[in-house]
Amino acid sequence: MNSTSVANEANYLKYRGKYKGLLGWIFSTDHKRIGLLYLYSMATMFSVGLLLGLAMKLELLAPGKTIMEAQTYNATFTVHGVIMIFMVVVPGLPAVFGNFLLPIMIGAKDVAFPKLNLLSWWFYVAGVFLVLSAILFGPGTPDTGWTFYAPYSFKTGTNLLPAIFGAFILGFSSILTGLNFLVTIHRLRCPGLKWTKLPLFVWTLYGTAWIQLLATPVVGITLVLVALERIFGVGVFDPALGGDPILYQHLFWIYSHPAVYIMILPAMGAISEIIPTFAQKHIFGYKAIIASTMAIAFVGYLVWGHHMFTAGMSGTAQYYFSLLTFLVAIPSAIKVFNWISTMYKGSINVQTPFLWAASFIFVFMIGGLSGLVLGALAANIYVHDTAFVVAHFHYIVFGGTGFAFFAAIHYWFPKIFGRMYDKTWANTGWLLFFIGFVTLYSPMFYLGMMGMPRRYYDYLQEFHGGNILSTIGSWVLVTGFVIVIVNLVRSVRKGPKAEMNPWHGKTLEWTVPSPPPLENFDEIPVIEENDGPYNY
Amino acid sequence: MENEKHHIVPYRLYLFVLVALLALTFLSIAITEIDLGSLTVAGALVLASIKAYLVLKYFMHLKYDKPYIVSMVVFVFAIFIVTVIVTFLDYLYR
Repeated sequence: MNSTSVANEANYLKYRGKYKGLLGWIFSTDHKRIGLLYLYSMATMFSVGLLLGLAMKLELLAPGKTIMEAQTYNATFTVHGVIMIFMVVVPGLPAVFGNFLLPIMIGAKDVAFPKLNLLSWWFYVAGVFLVLSAILFGPGTPDTGWTFYAPYSFKTGTNLLPAIFGAFILGFSSILTGLNFLVTIHRLRCPGLKWTKLPLFVWTLYGTAWIQLLATPVVGITLVLVALERIFGVGVFDPALGGDPILYQHLFWIYSHPAVYIMILPAMGAISEIIPTFAQKHIFGYKAIIASTMAIAFVGYLVWGHHMFTAGMSGTAQYYFSLLTFLVAIPSAIKVFNWISTMYKGSINVQTPFLWAASFIFVFMIGGLSGLVLGALAANIYVHDTAFVVAHFHYIVFGGTGFAFFAAIHYWFPKIFGRMYDKTWANTGWLLFFIGFVTLYSPMFYLGMMGMPRRYYDYLQEFHGGNILSTIGSWVLVTGFVIVIVNLVRSVRKGPKAEMNPWHGKTLEWTVPSPPPLENFDEIPVIEENDGPYNY
Repeated sequence: MENEKHHIVPYRLYLFVLVALLALTFLSIAITEIDLGSLTVAGALVLASIKAYLVLKYFMHLKYDKPYIVSMVVFVFAIFIVTVIVTFLDYLYR
């Protein structure tokens, strides 16, 4: 018996390596354990971010001070944004499901650099603690918003430096994960697994990895410049010293707009796995989805200026950014048409992952179409920095990435833990979450169009009704979230044992036991000419 | 992966590249003595680009790598150049 089969006698959850207990997890280089480390860390941070969001909505229940002062509100939306963006949605699906599934989906035993993979998680944890230290210690919680805009970011008296360094370290985590995935996809595909036979989730991880690798260093250097500005007053962004604060916005959004695609591309990949499985039908337009994935990754790199239409940019740049913003809508729409065409005349099996995936399409379309309003120059100036932008952003990022994340966890849960969850509670949680989501964010479109600015703890009396509805929506959403989480956590230990392939999926992860063995495969699989990830 | 050929580069070549890099570094300092006006930054960037090219080609073995690796690096530089050009759509027309 060779070493591989000895290691594969136990599944990855039970395997005892050099260390036991907690140490066996935090020092494990197994991609599956690292995926779960990310899952638990991100779930913790998501809960914190959710509570802060809930507090903000409670503050907005009535005009004037409700539960917090203006300064506390500023700090709350800053920390909510930093946590949700840098610690939840940017690592997002690649860190959890990419780590867990990528090697299995391409028939490999692990990622190309397992130790580097573990280091990525440690960087993530270090970044989280640095940001938390900015909140808990020092002269005050940062109040700049998650964008750290100059010149306020080097004028504010709050404890900004640890938050900036935290975001910088979190960026390293992202870069290393991207690099690891790129090399893994290029070098470790099993025999016969050609590029045109890769599952679409892997393709989206590939596009995302390029963005992680190329865009993240830009924000890293930019944040270092802000730190230097605060410490030494070097004057790159400070207009008083001859610097240009708009340059900060350019550099920040050169990363942070592609970062939206870091968040959304793997979400689209997960949806592209789930819909064919629950329609029991070949994905419609496989190559068109690949092309649109790479087009989004590429064009998404060049549209950052639409965040700056009122910042004082040149008119020429504004025309250019507006045009390309409209262009990026095309590949996104191609995907939506492909998903719907896949469902057409399929044998649809309405299970919890499908409900999340179908509602993803609904909220993503609303988010995407409202993005076109923001991409149009004249309309953008009207709704810039209003609640409309907050609604659009949450429909895309929370509705897109969040719904896809929940779709993915319900889809791959039986594979990851070898257990099945209670489907009635799972569907109840989804329904409340969906109703809460729509009730929470839809009124904000209206409020924004009526002129309610974002990032204020107070508002005019005429906006009261919309805000009450929105706050009630947040309570319904959180109720749904609690049901979903309690159901999943309980099922990890007490759920009935899951079959190897409960959904009748065709990708490689459904060919290994649930939970998978330590090294995934006893023998590296060989993909034959007629095999394919969606051959139903 | 074990069966792939590894190109062995003679020390002489590395030494030659090192000397070239040092010479270009001194040149980039010396050029600051000349008043090039608005081309000062461009001059520094050209010299830095030549140095980066030498490092990539010889020290990072791009010269001996497969064409698809080279095409990836070219793609990255193309993205970088496009990003700079797009940024200057703002600065040149503001």
